[in-house]
Amino acid sequence: MKGSFITTKFNYILGWARKFSLFHYPYVTACCGMEYMSVVSPHFDFDRFGAGWTRFSPRQSDMLVVVGTITQKSAPVLRTVYDQMTEPKWVIAFGTCAVSGGIYDNYAVVQGIDRIIPVDVYLPGCPPRPETVLNALIRLQEKIQKQEQEWRWKRRKY
Amino acid sequence: MEMEKKKVLEELKQKFPEKIKEISVQFGDESIIVESGSLLDVVQFLKNEPCSYSMLLDLTCVDYKGQEPRFEMVYHLYSLSNKQRLRIKARLAEKDLWIDSLTSLWKNANWLEREIYDMFGVHFKGHPDLRRIFMYEGFEGYPLRKDYPLRKRQPRIPLRK
Amino acid sequence: MPTRIQKEARKESLLLNMGPSHPAMHGTIRIMLELDGERILNSEVEVGYLHRGFEKTCENRTYFNLLPYTDRLNYVSPLINNLGYVMTVEKMLGIEAPERAQYIRVIMSELSRVSDHLTCLAAIAMECGALTVLLYNMKAREFIWDVIESTTGARMTTSYIRIGGVRADLHPDYNAAIKKAIVETRKVLKDVHGLLDKNKIFLNRTRDIAVVSPETAISYGWTGPCLRSTGVYYDVRKAFPYAVYDRLDFEVPLGERGDNFDRYIVRMKEMEQSLRIIEQAMEKIPEPSSSQLMAKGIEPAEAIKASRAKKVEKKIRLSPNLEGSEKDKYKNILAKDKKYIVPPKEDTYTSIEGIINHFKFFMREHGIRPPKGEVYFSVEGGNGELGYYIVSDGTDKPYRLHLRAPCFHIVSALEEMIQGRYIADIIPTFGSTNMIGGELDR
Repeated sequence: MKGSFITTKFNYILGWARKFSLFHYPYVTACCGMEYMSVVSPHFDFDRFGAGWTRFSPRQSDMLVVVGTITQKSAPVLRTVYDQMTEPKWVIAFGTCAVSGGIYDNYAVVQGIDRIIPVDVYLPGCPPRPETVLNALIRLQEKIQKQEQEWRWKRRKY
Repeated sequence: MEMEKKKVLEELKQKFPEKIKEISVQFGDESIIVESGSLLDVVQFLKNEPCSYSMLLDLTCVDYKGQEPRFEMVYHLYSLSNKQRLRIKARLAEKDLWIDSLTSLWKNANWLEREIYDMFGVHFKGHPDLRRIFMYEGFEGYPLRKDYPLRKRQPRIPLRK
Repeated sequence: MPTRIQKEARKESLLLNMGPSHPAMHGTIRIMLELDGERILNSEVEVGYLHRGFEKTCENRTYFNLLPYTDRLNYVSPLINNLGYVMTVEKMLGIEAPERAQYIRVIMSELSRVSDHLTCLAAIAMECGALTVLLYNMKAREFIWDVIESTTGARMTTSYIRIGGVRADLHPDYNAAIKKAIVETRKVLKDVHGLLDKNKIFLNRTRDIAVVSPETAISYGWTGPCLRSTGVYYDVRKAFPYAVYDRLDFEVPLGERGDNFDRYIVRMKEMEQSLRIIEQAMEKIPEPSSSQLMAKGIEPAEAIKASRAKKVEKKIRLSPNLEGSEKDKYKNILAKDKKYIVPPKEDTYTSIEGIINHFKFFMREHGIRPPKGEVYFSVEGGNGELGYYIVSDGTDKPYRLHLRAPCFHIVSALEEMIQGRYIADIIPTFGSTNMIGGELDR
């Protein structure tokens, strides 16, 4: 069924509203946290994209930024935090350790957080430069713009 | 400072002639090898005046697989007034894997010994609360031993893919 | 899972979990509290949520390969960890870096120390509500990271300090860049002194809170700014001087009472002393033998073809990544011993001896093989005495590498520091211990 005029306009406005008012929850563990701190500081501003203030509670945020290495010991904690977030929600994997385990291939590290939660944007780098982070944010915003309302919730079954 | 250190080592040798096995110097560091049963006496003597090694810098363990006795405990002490460091080593066999705890002398020995128990499996007699510190409960095995493979993973929650 | 505090708690008290995912940007640590209203009766600290298996990984990598792992330990001051590891291996091998390289090492260490203290104070102040201090400190930190980036190539995890010296010479404009960074940092320090020193709210939250006596601190094995805030004078740079610290003139600030405010003041004063060290080192550093940028020459592929015909000594144009490590700069930055350093790329591309040196360095079972034995060496890290204990069995991989993490000992005293106080006191106390997850959990 092709979208009619009203539903496409509605999806467009919904995407526009969501992408420019993201509240993120930073799950910071390791070295990438320092690059995260310098991204939100005045030199490379996170706020001018609308994703300004961090909400320090998962229930009030709609973007989870997983920064740094996730170990086997903290995997259930990450899963709990993700489950507590309300729909709609997006996940950015920040840094190589979150994307694929990084340089740590041993008994204690989860090889990438997509083994625990579904990820929307992957952001490699050890640690990634702030310009890379802003590029990833813009791509996430494009992805949010393209999403239509019903289809997304039907897809989310795992 | 070198004279004082020599005096200290001489005194130590006189006081505990049978308990100290060897004193050696390598790359500029002195180290003493003692019997595992007499560790507490030697360290107590070193902590008091006049040697006054007042700080326990570090406590670690090395696994010499293939040699008997297998494990070796290494202690680093530091004296603030004389600015000297000293290394004390003690060998432990695998079947008899316990040693006296130093929690009665220094407070940071508590967490350091928990780390050694977690990574190697050495039991400390007299420790108030010996549990795992880095790995989670339900983890089997002692990761830093040489026979634990590097990549053997024990996931805590079921992983996808 | 029943932990110790759950078993020991009284029936009428409240159990609260300050879980691993902190809003404060400290990393992952879990504090379980037993409360009576707001007062803390008992507490338990659980660490290990960032245990990445550093020590076991190092047993499977060669001495040269494991440099990037050492960067990521204390990630706010990565060059100091690098320096500690490299000086331990140099002690085992018995080599020494050239003088210009040692001055460069000191400058880089002190820049890292300043950025460590800036981050720590930014975190404390932000959690007490002073958000301006966070933004000012981050601004100063960016200038310092610009200086580090122009020389080493990366802002944070650099792997710049190598066995035998450093990887590349300083950038030609480093003088102007460092002066700008120092001027900006001094401006920020003056502003922060004005904002926080006599601020009644900050004083109420940090004065006389979590007082630690010198005997307790020594019994817990504290070192670094936290120990100096209790009044004990111990600094590795003065007690066992390494690199060129014995030729530079600086003071070591001491505190009086050992409370949170003293830990803050000691760090502020240490930053001023670090800036003094950088200025002195910049005056005393010996002149380089040649300070040109990349030579204009032929491409490496053509040089290889030409050298097959006959031995050619033309200049080669290397890729921009290798700026600063050309052959004529080698005697400033790396030791002379051929066995322990990566040979210059001009030699590798044009002569047989060069290429044999290159692959003998990197091949398995060859390369850096220290004599059998064990060694312990320590440097002054951002938090205290950062020590490396290496056991070598004669092969190219370390048999055992152990790190003496300074903040492990400091955090083990946390349970005693917060006993009997309010919940709101945990935040500045924990911030002033400067816990870095990568170093605590290795």
